[in-house]
Amino acid sequence: MSMKTSTRQVDGVTILDLSGRITLGEGSVQLRDAVRDLLSKGSKNILLNLGDVNYIDSSGIGELVSAFTTVRNQGGELKLLNLTKKVHDLLQITKLYTVFDIKDDEASAIAAFTKA
Amino acid sequence: MTESQAGPTNYTLDSSLDSVNRVEQTAEQMAKTAGLDEDEVFRVTMAVREAAVNAVLHGNSYDPAKQITASFENTGDSLIIKICDQGQGLDPATLPDPLAPENLLRGTGRGIFLIHSFMDEVHFRLLHPGTELTLIKHLGTAPTGT
Repeated sequence: MSMKTSTRQVDGVTILDLSGRITLGEGSVQLRDAVRDLLSKGSKNILLNLGDVNYIDSSGIGELVSAFTTVRNQGGELKLLNLTKKVHDLLQITKLYTVFDIKDDEASAIAAFTKA
Repeated sequence: MTESQAGPTNYTLDSSLDSVNRVEQTAEQMAKTAGLDEDEVFRVTMAVREAAVNAVLHGNSYDPAKQITASFENTGDSLIIKICDQGQGLDPATLPDPLAPENLLRGTGRGIFLIHSFMDEVHFRLLHPGTELTLIKHLGTAPTGT
């Protein structure tokens, strides 16, 4: 199953709901395109909801990192929401758990963004 | 895809993402059949997928003239998976440490690290040309209910 994306706006934050697999090929490319599209439209506070992402490979992990640095370099913030246990474990193994701001509930995640 | 009938199950595949997915699915089925728990099935499957990605992407560079081979064997004591490519050859000693602070924000370079993290043994062998990557999971050592 490839990845599906949809976006929502909540209190100045763009929530990107992802589901499926983020892997080499379609999933990683979709994530990259979705984040670039949001940035091009002026969305700089981006919350990636990974609650329905059931699989991510090293390419997908790399794409999360690239999204994080791309948003940050444009003066924005990117946070992660609702990690599954597998994704949580992968980010711990790769020491990325300390790099990302990771939240377990949407309301506190939105409140944690620096609003302009 | 061709499959041998005796001993280890061997496949010869083209250098494509479809091959990566086929190898991944075969590894998942093998791990489930061996009785590994869900977490260990995930780890073995992901490690084998990363090895296949490495062969197709970094080894063969998606070259349609080059193939990968994948071998799956359950010896009763261990699962042994071998992935070979026809690329330039990989020296794992030259790979940067993805956990080093200066590499943490790199977008690539975590595949081999994850393979080492998830398998009990990992061996590299240069084939001239290409690389053979052997992944071994010892049976009976899997943690339960994590």
